[in-house]
Amino acid sequence: MFEQSIILSAIRDAIDWVLGLVGQDISILPLPVQVVLCGLIAAGGLMGAIAFAVLIYVWMERRIAGRMQARRGPNRVGPYGLLQTVADTFKLLRKEDIIPTGANRILFAFAPMLVLAGVVAAFAAIPISWDADKGEPIMIADIDLGIFLITAIVATEVIGVIMAGWASNNKWSLYGAMREAAQVVSYEIPLGLSLLVPVLIVGDLSLGAATEDQLGGNWLIWRNPFMWAVFFIFYVAGLANCKRAPFDLPEAESELVAGFHTEYSGLRFSFFFMEEYASMTLISAIGAIYFFGAGDLFGLQGSSSLIMFGVLLFKILVSIFVMMWIRWTLPRLRIDQVMTLGYKVLTPIAFFLLLGVTVWDLYDLNDKLWELFSRS
Amino acid sequence: MYFDYTNVLIFFLVGIGFVGVNMVVGSLLRPSKPNPEKNSAYECGEDPIGPNRVQFDIRFYTVALIFIIFDVEIAFLFPWANSFQEFKAAGLGGLVFFEVLVFVSILFLGLVYLWAKGDLDWVKSTEAQRRAALAHRRAEEAKETAADSAKSESATELDLTVAAEAGHH
Repeated sequence: MFEQSIILSAIRDAIDWVLGLVGQDISILPLPVQVVLCGLIAAGGLMGAIAFAVLIYVWMERRIAGRMQARRGPNRVGPYGLLQTVADTFKLLRKEDIIPTGANRILFAFAPMLVLAGVVAAFAAIPISWDADKGEPIMIADIDLGIFLITAIVATEVIGVIMAGWASNNKWSLYGAMREAAQVVSYEIPLGLSLLVPVLIVGDLSLGAATEDQLGGNWLIWRNPFMWAVFFIFYVAGLANCKRAPFDLPEAESELVAGFHTEYSGLRFSFFFMEEYASMTLISAIGAIYFFGAGDLFGLQGSSSLIMFGVLLFKILVSIFVMMWIRWTLPRLRIDQVMTLGYKVLTPIAFFLLLGVTVWDLYDLNDKLWELFSRS
Repeated sequence: MYFDYTNVLIFFLVGIGFVGVNMVVGSLLRPSKPNPEKNSAYECGEDPIGPNRVQFDIRFYTVALIFIIFDVEIAFLFPWANSFQEFKAAGLGGLVFFEVLVFVSILFLGLVYLWAKGDLDWVKSTEAQRRAALAHRRAEEAKETAADSAKSESATELDLTVAAEAGHH
């Protein structure tokens, strides 16, 4: 017997039950096969969830964009245009897949895979809820390294994008890829510095520990006055890392045609879109878990892990809505403005916030201020 | 706990496999009628001019170098942040804070150096041009004022000579 996270052991029990129908149990499978099978089922479920979520997000984005520009958005296919993205998916499936002459075919085909795989792997370490009975976060892999692993593995996306830009054998693609590399790499510094702060307060790299720490309304955002600024830096750097507007220079359509995915068409192109929405969800999830109490609703949710999951989903959706709102409100920055903001504004502020939070936490200034106020 | 990292690897491979499987399924459904026009590199409808793997600016390389320094620093700070609460509970909070203060200050000094040297300016060349233009304008202005004062001096001389001549008569 071995330890497994709640989701994986549930999958294991399910396999056991299915094998029970044919008069066997799971012990007939060797241990590595069990582990890989459970992992594959979980990963398949996650891919399905991501694909479904992307359908909803694209619909949301187009409807919201429509509302913000005083038009209706898609409203013909299905009720409220809900089936529009499903129809689009079929259209993309039927589109010809063009690989330009002179492109490096292997790298061209591998780039979207690498881009998507990094984000998918990062979701393994995201807790989706909290099991009050067992006192454990509900997640696929409760990894000690947690956020460190996530930031490391998400960075593989940049390699995929450079690969796509280089392999396309197109000037627009190469320019877009180089911009993307410079931008994402620069904003990883403020992102990393702002993620250090919750780690410092929680005292654990695992996101599951952060979920536990914030139960009962004790959200990290209330812990000290610097946290709102830290969250702001995290959010801006996160937007830049997702290549969302106003940081969508790598695919700036008015200057670079479509940036690094100019030469991608049909289904292959749609994986880049999928990755963008998946990484938006990832950034929103990390923000919700590290700053806004994960699935906690001031303790009102009781001990139901299902409600906690719903609350977390709601927080993620609010964050995604804000990202869409920003996209349709702010104009795109220029590349020198992007670099200036990253290195000259966000990075120094993040440095000082890190030190400020450390001092605040070191001297327990919350308690001292509380004493001061209650005395007077 | 043992198999947690295995799961991350499985997820990574499934992410790769998902794209592969979808492309294979798609290849059964989609048409494939390539022609040389369609397959040429996209350049706004024109025939591509010159090599497509163009050289790019050295600035990207500078950015990558700056990134390496700071990213390694953050990688070092993560274990510190992780164990800060333990040290604080053991009464060593002040010590570890001082240590990280030294560490961060050195790196912050590095940032200040890059800033002062102008490596953080994306448009360094334009910035240099602007400075050169400014210096040139200042020099011009200085020359002008010098010329002005020289002119006024010669003017006073002229006045004096005129006055002197007037005195003679």
